[in-house]
Amino acid sequence: MDNAALKERILGLVPDAEFQENKQFLTFIIPPAKFHDFAIILKSEADLAFDYLFCLSAVDMVKYLEVVYHLESVSHKHQLVLKVRTEDRENGAVDTVCDIWRTAELHEREAYDLMGIRFNNHPDLRRFFLEEGWIGHPLRKDYVDEVNIVEF
Amino acid sequence: MKEVINLPVKNIEEEEYHINMGPQHPSTHGVLRLVVSLQGEIVKSLKPHCGYIHRGIEKMCEKDTYPQIIHLTDRMDYLSAHINNHAVCLLVENALEVEVPERVKYIRTIIDELNRIASHQLWWCSFGMDMGGLTCYFYGLRDREKILDIFEESFGSRLLHSYYTPGGLMMDIHPNFQANVKAFIKYFRKKIKDYDDLLTGNVIMQLRTKGVGILSREDAISYGVTGPSGRASGFACDVRKHHPYGVYDKVDFKEIMGTKGDTFERYMMRMNEMHESMKIIEQLIDNIPAGDYSAKMKAVIKLPAGEYYQRVEASRGELGVYCISDGNKTPYRMKFRSPNFSNLSALDHISRGVKIADLVAIGGSLDYVIPDIDR
Repeated sequence: MDNAALKERILGLVPDAEFQENKQFLTFIIPPAKFHDFAIILKSEADLAFDYLFCLSAVDMVKYLEVVYHLESVSHKHQLVLKVRTEDRENGAVDTVCDIWRTAELHEREAYDLMGIRFNNHPDLRRFFLEEGWIGHPLRKDYVDEVNIVEF
Repeated sequence: MKEVINLPVKNIEEEEYHINMGPQHPSTHGVLRLVVSLQGEIVKSLKPHCGYIHRGIEKMCEKDTYPQIIHLTDRMDYLSAHINNHAVCLLVENALEVEVPERVKYIRTIIDELNRIASHQLWWCSFGMDMGGLTCYFYGLRDREKILDIFEESFGSRLLHSYYTPGGLMMDIHPNFQANVKAFIKYFRKKIKDYDDLLTGNVIMQLRTKGVGILSREDAISYGVTGPSGRASGFACDVRKHHPYGVYDKVDFKEIMGTKGDTFERYMMRMNEMHESMKIIEQLIDNIPAGDYSAKMKAVIKLPAGEYYQRVEASRGELGVYCISDGNKTPYRMKFRSPNFSNLSALDHISRGVKIADLVAIGGSLDYVIPDIDR
């Protein structure tokens, strides 16, 4: 499916998805409440078949926290980027996708550890790199650590 | 006469217990700690504990300029340092729409493949050692040394090169480079036969690897297992074929594919890939075009505000670099999708039900580099 057809197909599935201009990938911002059901459709529908989650990133945009999913279909070769936002910096949570794409399990643990985004229904949401009891989430923009991060 | 006390003996065949494998264990190839649940000798499940060599490279990138970031990427997967550098260079070049000279593309492709051979040699020798064949270690390192000598002569370093810069190369190749590479290919074509004689055909090795640690194609895709490990399961994931960069679209090479997805198949993928890499180098080495070794770049590199993603095929799988720029000379956010991180997530799945000795073979065949997982 080319990008124009794919865009129409996705807007048909989630009418309130917000299209974002991006030169490289077709990008959509998905409302968090609809995200998990939409992700199941993306993988299971034969003409979409997004079976390969090749990157999952967490980003701190200061006003909100964002999880970015880079998806590819191995059979159809088309690619898609989804973004899910949460404005709650304390308890912000996004539905897990590790029941759909198994690779997400460790990626989500990393995102929780370093960015402090919680994932609902994740089977084992613990810190991954840092030790239990570490205070704060280092990849956030407002993180201050005078001991371990040297300012130049 | 002493009274005999009968202590209650626990039956360890029935009871589940946990042992720590690592962080200091020769077969984890670095500081990876696996908490393994065992019943007798059988692995019930395992949990990886990472972070022993976490340096926060993504956070450091937010304070560094793009040419400085190249030096950090060397330290992720240090066995495919050139390929990691290549990813960041391509990201910057594509974002700025800089056309790099053909000469640079040729040299980068040759060096990437040399790097891939060197990495697979080190994998082969340590895999042999994991299986109990210490001779492999000496054979592999002896031949890898030849590549490191070529690297050293051309750009002065053996492991962490930082030879690529955004727009081109740090300096031109050494006048002896082409002759040395051709001599190496001739030498290694002979020596790789020894590898097969010593390990591939070995009955003990085959018995220990065939049918062990099977990963199906669906699981390989779902777990994001790429590189030779993914292709052994039949997942066509070679970035060089599907999203070509450098001059990979101009050379003739096969995407080595397997079907069974067991440990032996993963072993064979890398053995065959070394032959393919030599084929690629032979096609390019005599045809390096003359010209500049770098495009003209501004002294301060600033990417236009926006998002960029670059994929390359590192020795262990797909390396992705995701960069968000706000128009400054440093990135706003830099994320590395490292191949080993995703490959690790499949380890629990494929090692359930195998014996603990087979776990060593499976771990060896997935070819971990721990700094790439922890970053």
